[in-house]
Amino acid sequence: MSTSYNLKRADFIFRNENDWEKILIRTIKRDKQELINELISSELKGRGGAGFPTGLKWKLASEASSDQKYVICNADEGEPGTFKDREILTKVPFKVLTAMGICGFITGATKAFIYLRGEYKFLKTDLEKAIDEFEYYCKEIDFDFKIEIFMGSGAYICGEETALMESMEGKRGEPRNKPPFPTHKGYMEKSTIINNVETLAHTFTIFKHGAKKFYDLGVQFSRGTKLFSVSGDTPKPGIYELELGMSLQDFVDEFGDGDTKAVQVGGASGFLVPRKRFNETAIGFKGKLSGISLPTGGSMMLFNSTRSMFNVLDNYLEFFREESCGQCTPCRVGCQQLLIGIKAVKQGAKPANYLDKLLKLTETMQYTAKCGLGQSVANSFSSIVENFREEMIY
Amino acid sequence: MNQTNELITELANKYGRNRKNLLPVLQGVVEQEKFLSDDTMIEIARELDLPAAEVYGTATFYSFLEYRKMGKYVIRICKTITCAMKGKNQILLTIQDMLKIGVGETTTDKKFSLLQTNCLGWCHKAPAMLINDEVYTELTPETVRVILTEYIKK
Repeated sequence: MSTSYNLKRADFIFRNENDWEKILIRTIKRDKQELINELISSELKGRGGAGFPTGLKWKLASEASSDQKYVICNADEGEPGTFKDREILTKVPFKVLTAMGICGFITGATKAFIYLRGEYKFLKTDLEKAIDEFEYYCKEIDFDFKIEIFMGSGAYICGEETALMESMEGKRGEPRNKPPFPTHKGYMEKSTIINNVETLAHTFTIFKHGAKKFYDLGVQFSRGTKLFSVSGDTPKPGIYELELGMSLQDFVDEFGDGDTKAVQVGGASGFLVPRKRFNETAIGFKGKLSGISLPTGGSMMLFNSTRSMFNVLDNYLEFFREESCGQCTPCRVGCQQLLIGIKAVKQGAKPANYLDKLLKLTETMQYTAKCGLGQSVANSFSSIVENFREEMIY
Repeated sequence: MNQTNELITELANKYGRNRKNLLPVLQGVVEQEKFLSDDTMIEIARELDLPAAEVYGTATFYSFLEYRKMGKYVIRICKTITCAMKGKNQILLTIQDMLKIGVGETTTDKKFSLLQTNCLGWCHKAPAMLINDEVYTELTPETVRVILTEYIKK
């Protein structure tokens, strides 16, 4: 029996609202501590995939002592199957900019950046216009806040927060050791609050409608709504805002093509769920949901029975091999060996039980790789190999 | 070469001569010249007062900062999973057939370069490609022929 909710559509993020000026001026007149408490009580968790509590992040940053603080909006959306951030920045940029301003007000940051991936350069001109308008209004109400766009140049790893900061400092996008965390020492060694585009858009909703409205959506430990980027073998690919906590079966009933064999939840760094597990899988952060709950940055890729899971895994591994920054050995060498390994098994150059060795290798990567990229290769690799072992061999 | 040096000086004046301004300077050069030659990187290092090896190391890290000579129009086809499933190969074959170049090559008239790239973020409208900064989605061999013909005429 599933305790998760059914699929429920919502419409907050893309709702057309032209009241950002009102929300901004209203919010920055409120007490900072009260705003932090409101954000904490909404139980909003980071929507980039990692799910760190946003309220706590802002609280830590507001308490950090730093002569200069920065707000960064992470728009380096590179996870395969994710395209929601582009849509937010195209359709409702002012919600994001306003949220950045409020974040700056609460934490004491006066300077902000949007790190925009190189692939989205065509957005830059319109976004700059929006920033001009936003800054003009800030000046009018005597609110000291500046936003600048920093362009990426085609590196998936720069979506990792510390790699992004290295990149902004003019270096190779190689992740740093944590701690220190960015709220303590981030961009240019200063306290930095970095949030995903969607997370910021949700904070706008929270400050506009109140935390309760957000908290009442979703299920325990997975509050609120989330944008899902739906692609693959589906009759209706696109972006949908849904309440968290739905079962994967309900999702497939709505978006599948009737022949769905598996769903990749969370992009190449997420998990592949086979048909037999749709019912027991819920989409949300770990909590009391029965069965498995899978967090996601919003990427939902559907595969029907015409797709070879070997080809899918091969494609992911090639992606990781190219996007690994090469800094730490487990990830640099591991990604290459996994790709060579599955090809060797497929071609019969290695016996089938060589797959178990490769699974062990992903386990090692999970424990020893420096950042989320190397650690999460194990997710898709093990979920594909364990569920579709015969497709890897024959 | 002189023209490139002028461009570098101009970019350094605009963004500042700090390490943190290295990426915008590199991007500015690539926008104009489509790639970074060894000489260009050495000149940037001189202008920003950085070791040339650091400039090279940083530039070669990023896939959009090309260090091989590129044509006027750089075609980047998405090869990640959804695009691959939705017929990326047919698009690639069509382009190769039209331009008579392989992946990683540039046409002899220096007009087009063909590359494959990782997820462009258009999975719901796959297959997708970029020509310089311009995006083209839901491609079919027919539409890609029309698009390329336009570029050939330019």
